[in-house]
Amino acid sequence: MMDWFGPEEWQAVALSLKVSFWAVLLSLPFGTLTAYALARWQFRGHQVLNGLVHLPLILPPVVTGYLLLLTFGRRGPVGAWLEETFGLILAFRWTGAVLAAAIMAFPLMVRAIRLAIEAVDPKLEQAASTLGASRLSVFTTVTLPLILPGVITGVVLAFAKAMGEFGATITFVSNIPGQTQTLPSAIYTFLQVPGGEGPALRLVIVSVIVAMGALIASELLARRARKRVSGS
Amino acid sequence: MNLSVTMQHQLADFSLDVSFEAPRGITALFGASGTGKTCVVNAVSGLLRPDQGRIILDGEPIFDTAMKINIPPHKRRLGYVFQDGRLFPHLSVRQNLMYGARYAPPDARGPSFDEVVDLLGIAPLLDRRPGPLSGGEKQRVAIGRALLSRPRMLLMDEPLAALDSARKEEILPFLENLREHTDIPTLYVSHSVAEVARLATSVVMLDGGRVTQAGPAEQVLSDPATVRQLGLREAGSILPATVRTHHPDGLTELSVSGGRLFLPKIDQPIGSATRVRILAHDIIVARNYPKDISALNILPGEITSLRQGSGPGMIIQIKCGVDFLLARITRRSAEAMSLKPGAQVHAVIKAVAVARVDVATR
Repeated sequence: MMDWFGPEEWQAVALSLKVSFWAVLLSLPFGTLTAYALARWQFRGHQVLNGLVHLPLILPPVVTGYLLLLTFGRRGPVGAWLEETFGLILAFRWTGAVLAAAIMAFPLMVRAIRLAIEAVDPKLEQAASTLGASRLSVFTTVTLPLILPGVITGVVLAFAKAMGEFGATITFVSNIPGQTQTLPSAIYTFLQVPGGEGPALRLVIVSVIVAMGALIASELLARRARKRVSGS
Repeated sequence: MNLSVTMQHQLADFSLDVSFEAPRGITALFGASGTGKTCVVNAVSGLLRPDQGRIILDGEPIFDTAMKINIPPHKRRLGYVFQDGRLFPHLSVRQNLMYGARYAPPDARGPSFDEVVDLLGIAPLLDRRPGPLSGGEKQRVAIGRALLSRPRMLLMDEPLAALDSARKEEILPFLENLREHTDIPTLYVSHSVAEVARLATSVVMLDGGRVTQAGPAEQVLSDPATVRQLGLREAGSILPATVRTHHPDGLTELSVSGGRLFLPKIDQPIGSATRVRILAHDIIVARNYPKDISALNILPGEITSLRQGSGPGMIIQIKCGVDFLLARITRRSAEAMSLKPGAQVHAVIKAVAVARVDVATR
């Protein structure tokens, strides 16, 4: 496997897996909270929040990447603050790729979880509260177990999206081998040079395998979770 | 333990304005559907915030608009049994029951897990999932779950309404058991007179969002004024009774304050207290003691009131001993017999007319 696979290709795959893993893990709490807020709470700016969440789905990825660069670049308002306060630099680093992937995958994650939350009967949550569970306990002991299949779907969709993210990533963090060259960036680079079709094709095969594997795993997990949740 | 409710609330199509007290025992909140019963229970539980009012449980205000008190549902410690059970589908029956116990304060008193499982007969269900359980089984588990949360009071919103009559029969004895063996007061919402007659110690009648009558069950149900609301077919009174003898011919002899009753066999030990519901249309009224008649039960009494209905019938209230019976007869008979308040009469009741479901198993 390793000799079939050049170090540069291996690097790209490993980086993409790392970026996608962190992107999904870090956005999951926010995604769940946002989905819950959109599904259950009535507040001013409901529509605005909904629009903002979905924006990366509709905007050209290049635009999202450029907006990220303006905001989170080293001279951008948030980027400068992050560097000063935490020493965290996002632009042209793999950490930036995590942010770009998380933002691009966020709408998919939120949509899947929101659908699951809307399917939970609020009467069950009421019943839990009359039994003495606080709002947080109701969420962790009733809502969360019941939406688990939806959360799994959301996580897998977001992971697949993060693995394939290209436009926003290359605009925000560029395409530096070993640093920010993710799997799609690497495929793109190989296709630009003569004789690069071979490595490109191998990476394409890896992409397909990872995507299929994730889908099958999620389907199995979600089926098991659904069975548990249905009460039979 | 005592609950006092005063509340006003504007709903989409009518306004609710009620005030009542629920003493110890089972207080039935009775009324046709759409009279605001569920709304009242939800307000007591904290799931609904009334526009205005005050709810006091055992001296402690749990809701008061004037004092700006609104204790959230999870801190009220009221066990709520819903019409639709609402068992958690992702937990087993045992875990559902334990969910109730989980948030109960450690120092709260109440029946133990084993006692509750015993009382409700749900031991064989413990390791099952709630999904495939029958309606009656689900409801028993829901009652157990509420009990194990060690509530200060139980709220039951039509817990039997979704069940067929066989399942109802399966649960009613458990509820009677509960009333006798725990001292947890209960607010019981129902639109079934039969259920109320069997379970309730006091009754609050609701109509159009207002309380029309409230008081001890025997008194409210045998008041001719409630007949219109109960419906003519359902009108009847309840008599407290004691089992005296089981006769070899299959009859059970009971004593009531006005005399003796012979009813088809009642499966209860001699000396046990029970209550018998006698429907108004099952009573014949006679001026003189009737002789050579097949009916076994003849109770002497005095007419206390007559109430004219809109049709050809009327409702007569008869005092037998210290209790009251309601009889439904035609106006023509009443005139022919010149029945008036104070008249001495005999109430004739066919033994077989009293259905098994109308005898409480307490």
